[in-house]
This record gives sequence, C-alpha cells and structure tokens, in this order.
Amino acid sequence: MTALDPVILFFLFGLTAGLLRSELKLPAALYESLSVFLLLAIGLKGGQGLATQPLAPLIPQIGAVILLGAAQTLIGFVVLRSMGRFSRADAAATAAHYGSVSVATFAVAVAWLGARHIDFEPQMSILLAIMEILAILVGIVLARGVSRDTDWRALGHEAFLGKGVTLLLGGMAIGWAAGPEGLAPVKGLFFDLFKGVLALFLLEMGLIVSRQVGELKRRGIFLIAFGLGMPLLSALLGLGTGLLLDLSVGGLTLLATLAASASYIAVPAAMRIAVPEANPAISLAGALGVTFPFNILVGIPLYHGLAMQLAGTAP
Amino acid sequence: MTLPTEKRTLLTIITEAIVEPTLLRDLDRLGVRGYTVSDARGRGSRGVRDAAWDEAANIRIEVICPRPLAEEVLRHLQARYYANYAMVTFLAEIEVLRPEKF
Repeated sequence: MTALDPVILFFLFGLTAGLLRSELKLPAALYESLSVFLLLAIGLKGGQGLATQPLAPLIPQIGAVILLGAAQTLIGFVVLRSMGRFSRADAAATAAHYGSVSVATFAVAVAWLGARHIDFEPQMSILLAIMEILAILVGIVLARGVSRDTDWRALGHEAFLGKGVTLLLGGMAIGWAAGPEGLAPVKGLFFDLFKGVLALFLLEMGLIVSRQVGELKRRGIFLIAFGLGMPLLSALLGLGTGLLLDLSVGGLTLLATLAASASYIAVPAAMRIAVPEANPAISLAGALGVTFPFNILVGIPLYHGLAMQLAGTAP
Repeated sequence: MTLPTEKRTLLTIITEAIVEPTLLRDLDRLGVRGYTVSDARGRGSRGVRDAAWDEAANIRIEVICPRPLAEEVLRHLQARYYANYAMVTFLAEIEVLRPEKF
C-alpha cells in the first residue's frame, strides 16, 4: 500500500483533535462554503465530461441506479427492523441515510482515483444526484406509508431542490454548457484546488465524526455492526450493477463507493422534517461515526481491488 | 410625563434551525404579523447545541402580539412540535409603543 493520502491524514488529524477535546473549531460558515465548493466542483467535472459524449446511454444507467438505491434502502429497512428491533420511523430514517450517498466520500474516492491516474465515466455525478433524491423519497414512504395527508409538494421540494442536489445539477449544467474549453478560466479554482479544499473539509469532518463517539457508546454493538456490514453489502450490489452497465474499473469503484456511502447532510435534514419522530442521533452516529471513516480509510481501496478482480484486470 | 405604552405579549421560541421554514409558515398562517429570527446556541435536555454545523444549529424566534394570539400559537406549537423537536417556548408580558404595529 502506498503512503497515506494527505486528505486522509487531515481527517485523522481532525478526528484526533476532536477526541482529545482540543479547542480547535472551524467556523460554521467555512464548512458551508467548502461543501458548496465541493458540490460545484464535482458537478462541473461531470458536466464537462458529458459535453463530449452522447447522452442516450445514460437512460439505462439512471434506471439501474434507481433500482440500486431503492433495493439498498429496502434491505437496510428490513435488517434494522428485524435484527436491530428499531422502531418503524427509526428504521426508515436510518435506511434512507444508507440508501443515499455521501458527497464527501465520493469526493475522497475521486481524489483517490485521480492520484492513481484512473479514469472514470463523467456521468457518475448525475448518478450521485439521483441516488441522493431517491433514498429520501423511499425513506419517507417506508416511514409513513402512502397516505392522503402526505405533503408531496413540500417533500418533493426538499428532495429535488435541496442544497446539495441544486448545486450538483447546477454545476453539471454549467460544465455541460461551457464544455472543457469554456471552463478553462475557472479550472484553476475548481479543479486544481480540489484536493486542498477537500483536505480542509475533511479536517472539519474529523471534528464532526469525533462528536459521534458518545452516541455510539450509548447505542452499542448493533449500530457499529450495521455501519460496517451495510456498506460492504451495498458495495457488492453497486459492483454488480456497475458490471451490468459495463462500467470501467474507475466507474465500478465509484459506483461501489456511492452505494456503500451513507448520507449525513441531505437525508438528515429531509428526515427531520418528514419523519420527526425518528431519532436523528441514531442514524447520524451510524452514518458519520462508523460508515464514513470506514469507507474513506478501508472501503475505497477495497472496492477498487474488488472492481479490478471483477473486471478481470487484476495484476 | 408617562409614555403612552400598551401591554402586549412576547412569545419566544428557541428550537432547531431545521424547522425554521415550516415554523414561519405556521406563524403566517396563524395570523402573526411580524417576527424576529436570530441564530442561537446553548444546552438543554437534548444535549449541547453548539451550532458547529447545520444539524446542531438553533434559532430563536420572537413574536410580539396580543395575548390570545400568543396562546393560540403556543397551543399549536405544543401539539405539532413539542414531542419530536428540541423546543423551548415562553411568554412574557411587555409594554410597547405604537400598539397598532403588533
């Protein structure tokens, strides 16, 4: 294995500082700004890639990830309900976190592949947005059932026009319209600085993750086991879907990472409004306290190894 | 000389930042004519809310209105939000100038 990536070291730094109860604290506005930057950069990168290729092959891929996301959410729900004895609301909300995706995990995977000069399909950013939207809707239906007093307009607004999806799709539209040449003047900010910004963002993530430790101690072993087992299962589903779609090794790795990752921004916000009786501390402790560190430290290299095996390019 | 003040009720709501849009819609619907929202942080039965990131951010909403309306809003908040959200509300009798505003 090569030396640890600096972005991972920033994460470990933040985590350690947080666990030692250091005074270190980044301003909330910086965290906001960095996440806006990352979402736009990922969108732009995907959009400019799409500008150079036909869009028709996207349709079956979008269909496939919709099924993938829905399957993951349902499996998560059943496991949490039966093995974890979660209440219906808690199981649905937590399953929605796991059916959805984490942009930070995706960004780390993109940087990981970039450092190794491994190419991947540009449409991964679209698939990212779709999985994010879908899990919110499935989670709400699992918690509520479909009833007449569901405010679909408000929920649709929350799912489709949340901050993350808006920025991703906006970035993609700009990247697609401008194309690689048009983006050249902003390339310095959005592409060259990507890794530095990601490092800073992960420092904050480390601090945030360190705050989940108390909750994890209270919840005990099941949540930790679920937080480790669910991403592994999801990654396999993601790899299977990627093989059916004939993705490259880079694309397989990213789809596995997307499937394995758990949301901790868009879904918690949507669930808090749509399923208020679910305890947000449980799903956040799992998604942030266990699954996020697991994916960026162990998961991504592991999924890449599996992708190479499956694609038959293992050395 | 005494100022021509009139009695009104100040309703203060301290709650999770995430409910701000729905809560403000509710206030409008109940006939509240104005409010002030500010960012807040603190500690209570649901732990420390330090506003370090979105999920842990609090807000404070202040409404000045006649007592019956304040009580109606309070009843609505109790029914709709108390069970599932971190929320503290309280009423205070205050005196205002320009009573027609409130």
